[in-house]
Amino acid sequence: MSAKEYCKSSSARGGLLFMRSVPDVALGDRVLVRDHKNRKRSGQVIRTSNEMVLVQVFEGTDDLDLERTWVRFLGEPVELSLSPEILGRIFNGVGQPRDRRPPLVSGLKRNVNGAPVNPAARAYPREFIQTGISTIDGLDSLVRGQKLPIFSGSGLPHNRLAAQIVRQAKLLGEDTQFAVVFAAMGVSYDDARFFQEDFESSGVLGNVVMFTNLADDPPIERLILPRTALTAAEYLAYDLDMHVLVVLTDMTHYAEALREVATAKGDVPSRKGYPGYLYSDLAEIYERAGRIKERRGSITMVPVLSMPSDDITHPIPDLTGYITEGQIVLSRELHNQGIYPPVHVPPSLSRLMKDGVGKDFTREDHPHVASQLYASYARALEVRNLASIIGAEELTEADRQFLAFADAFEKRFIRQSEDEDRTIFDTLNLAWELLSLLPPATLSRVSDDELRKYHHYSTQMAVDAA
Amino acid sequence: MGRIVEINGPIVTIELPNVRTGEQVKVGKLGLVGEVIARDGERAVVQVYETTESLCPGEVAEPLGYPLSVELGPGLLGEIFDGVQRPLTKIFQESGDHIARGLNIAPLNRDKAWHFEPATQPELGERIAAGALLGTVQETPSIQHRILVPPDIEGELIDRAPAGDYTIEQVIARVRDGSGHIHALKLYHRWPVRMPRPYLHRDHAAAPLITGQRILDTFFPLVKGGKAAVPGPFGAGKTVVQQQIARWSNADIVIYVGCGERGNELVDILETFPELTDPNTGRSLMERTLLVANTSNMPVVAREASVYIGVTLAEYFRDQGYDVVMVADSTSRWAEALREVAGRLGQMPVEEGYPAYLASRLSAFYERAGRVRTLSGESGSVTLIGAVSPPGGDFSEPVTSHTKEIVQTFWALSKELADSRHYPAVDWNDSFSGYVATVSGWWDRHVGLGWKEKRAEALGLLAQADELSRIVNLVGPEALSPVQRWTLESSGLIKDAVLQQSALDPVDSYASPEKQYVLLELILEIYHQGLDLLGLGVPVQELLVLPILGRARRIKGVFPSDKLDELRGFGMEIRAEFDRLRDEYRRAEKTAV
Ligand SMILES: Nc1ncnc2c1ncn2[C@@H]1O[C@H](COP(=O)(O)OP(=O)(O)OP(=O)(O)O)[C@@H](O)[C@H]1O
Ligand SMILES: [Mg+2]
Repeated sequence: MSAKEYCKSSSARGGLLFMRSVPDVALGDRVLVRDHKNRKRSGQVIRTSNEMVLVQVFEGTDDLDLERTWVRFLGEPVELSLSPEILGRIFNGVGQPRDRRPPLVSGLKRNVNGAPVNPAARAYPREFIQTGISTIDGLDSLVRGQKLPIFSGSGLPHNRLAAQIVRQAKLLGEDTQFAVVFAAMGVSYDDARFFQEDFESSGVLGNVVMFTNLADDPPIERLILPRTALTAAEYLAYDLDMHVLVVLTDMTHYAEALREVATAKGDVPSRKGYPGYLYSDLAEIYERAGRIKERRGSITMVPVLSMPSDDITHPIPDLTGYITEGQIVLSRELHNQGIYPPVHVPPSLSRLMKDGVGKDFTREDHPHVASQLYASYARALEVRNLASIIGAEELTEADRQFLAFADAFEKRFIRQSEDEDRTIFDTLNLAWELLSLLPPATLSRVSDDELRKYHHYSTQMAVDAA
Repeated sequence: MGRIVEINGPIVTIELPNVRTGEQVKVGKLGLVGEVIARDGERAVVQVYETTESLCPGEVAEPLGYPLSVELGPGLLGEIFDGVQRPLTKIFQESGDHIARGLNIAPLNRDKAWHFEPATQPELGERIAAGALLGTVQETPSIQHRILVPPDIEGELIDRAPAGDYTIEQVIARVRDGSGHIHALKLYHRWPVRMPRPYLHRDHAAAPLITGQRILDTFFPLVKGGKAAVPGPFGAGKTVVQQQIARWSNADIVIYVGCGERGNELVDILETFPELTDPNTGRSLMERTLLVANTSNMPVVAREASVYIGVTLAEYFRDQGYDVVMVADSTSRWAEALREVAGRLGQMPVEEGYPAYLASRLSAFYERAGRVRTLSGESGSVTLIGAVSPPGGDFSEPVTSHTKEIVQTFWALSKELADSRHYPAVDWNDSFSGYVATVSGWWDRHVGLGWKEKRAEALGLLAQADELSRIVNLVGPEALSPVQRWTLESSGLIKDAVLQQSALDPVDSYASPEKQYVLLELILEIYHQGLDLLGLGVPVQELLVLPILGRARRIKGVFPSDKLDELRGFGMEIRAEFDRLRDEYRRAEKTAV
């Protein structure tokens, strides 16, 4: 720490410190800021020339007396110390302990920004993860190495759902446990404690690393936190061969912090004041999920975000959806009807499902059943809409069957309890039970063979014919 | 040598007199490569293709004297390159899982020897034209690489190597130009990517690009040399449409540009294409495919370059007389890269932060599509298909609306269709094709008569059904006449039995033009038969419960393209079932009388 200290700040706003004439400062370097009360803050150089250096201060720039603010440029990037001891620990966004235990001593440090994974180094994710949740396993399956976010809204049970996924996730026929990296950005103290207690009571805490920045912690730190957390995840996955499940919550607070800094920097806004580079910035985070050739470990990512005013076209969910490999969308309507988990099926999607389910992975009828449930539920919702206009009595016989299907699907397939861990086979059998409420002629997504084998009504007909 | 003055993200200002805009520059101790995009007195503004973290003011920079170019020669096919044509497989071998910075690895393999067969014309001592054939290299079993004189060189052929094995750095011919300068020609040459490669003239002969996807080929066709766009919100199926085209289309060469999208989507291709066979040649698909990848986590500036790398590679194969398809997923990310650079340069944003030149850049890019007569007198084509990712799925945003003005074929994907898992989610109301009249002759000659009329009838049914659904939603299904109910049912059949086509279904993923034609004919037959029965007074309820309707919905997945006779046989079943009903009804009527 021999680097020279400068007292040359010319202005401070929105978490940014502008410094005049500091020579030869490299982009991305770590910075230590000491204020007039000798309190330390950390930061990073985000723009540099010999005339002006721009420092982003993670703890914010409130209450800085520029005349008495000393800045030291450390000549190294922002790094995280790593060792197997990180499991069971709690850190803040820059990797300092928050659990009143001593900092990690380790010679191994990594730049938290990482470097882009070479697409030629990736292995395609294909291993089905059973979460025990029918809507996910049956309709939008998660596979190892996928990034599958939960799109939620304020007051919806996204935390409970994320916690249930963490508790129940397992591979079929394997009992390797996931290590969990939990990254909290701007969440309330209660939410953070909910997760901690949940990990504790399910006995996984020793397998969890937590990085937390709470609602009353400085917002700028949220920009570095997911990067720090993912650096830990990469270490666990690729150095220690672990299968890692990363939960990032809430990405909306992350994006808001980004907007705050962008505005202070004077970046050209694109939509809703968010900078044009929000897409690439989010991608740097999300694309760190995956599988890599010849590596045993993997990173599966479940980002959670709340959609401002439940609007899925808002830039945060929108750009996330353009990057991630699907999304699980929660519905306020189902939630208000007391259905947990309130998964809104039509807009939910898993893009990696196609290669992780079916004959050699789950069961041969799985892909068709999923597609059929989607198609039938879509039609059923149309019928329900129609019934609300013209009255159920006016519906045709076939339409009335769809109406019954919609209700049963929501009450029995979507709804399950928080500790209910359904196997994928339970889920598929339940699906057929529900599809059997519909006439086979309307089921064009499943094959004749599957109908004969699983559809109750067709089975009955075959018996009758014999 | 210059010195770095300022670093602002990917934009680096350098004290560097006497460089030209467009020139490549090596920046800093790490040797990062970038391109001059503006000059300001003694200063050059450089956009750097790699992350600029750790770069420091005062570090040196060196101009390289040439613009961003690609290497063109044997060894391209089957490869995956980054946005500035660095070979990613080689980089993986040399630098591991993550892409290190400042790597300087040549795109084409320098050690591999290729078997060269010289052309017989012209004789030594005669004049050889720009773009003329020097000889051939069988690059993959299905693709012969034609080695051409670079488009900017012509003169007297002094020397041409005999048949034999050569690496790309060996000289295979020498040409003396008008000023007496002797050019040593090799199996490869370089070409600046922002300059379209020359050709003799545009060629108007038109053949459809067959993709094996019914909603595309039959309803919104594209031609070889055409331009198309696939806009749609996230998850609507843009990538799958483009991958299906890369898989099944009857092009000779496919260039797949992953521009700002997911790494796993490229891996998907890298892992599956070598195992798949090209339906047209029976060879491994990877032999005709080339990937350019700048995934969303790779540096933004190289994203802007990647589409130019792709299209220049496409033109190079076109010049060899091939039909080339380039898919770009997604052109929106390219436009956003433009926007980001413009923003950092402080250029005036006009719409949603985009610079004023967005529209002209887009149209100049699509202008590189076309069917041409090449310099060596052959016919070749570049077909461009760009995905567009409108924010919030709003098609009125700048990139979608400008693109719509430029392209001739527009495959609009709809969230509603995708949400009900109706794939491809191509919306038949919002999509269009300007090539219908152009290709109808081809369908009549090669597949079956009356293609255009059948297509129009099906689209008409779909449009009527939309109207009828609106009525149903107001007053209920009972308000419809029997004919209207049947129309609604038949349009549902067209959607399920014809339009919906799962890319994942091994039988139906590809449908030959013949299968497309027969299937459409069968469904229209059901419609007509039903109308006929209604005319006789058969109640519509009897038609709606016919088991043949369920079978018809699934028949596309029962018979693949090489089982057309069986598929036609299903037509007999249809007629038999309707005849049975007709007879029954006649008999009942007689007894009633
Ligand atoms: N033709 C198809 N057949 C079967 N499934 C399809 C088809 N098209 C799309 N899908 C399904 O929809 C998912 C999303 O499609 P795709 O990845 O192509 O969307 P996209 O429009 O490219 O989205 P983004 O803009 O986010 O990249 C696929 O993973 C697949 O499950
Ligand atoms: Mg896509």
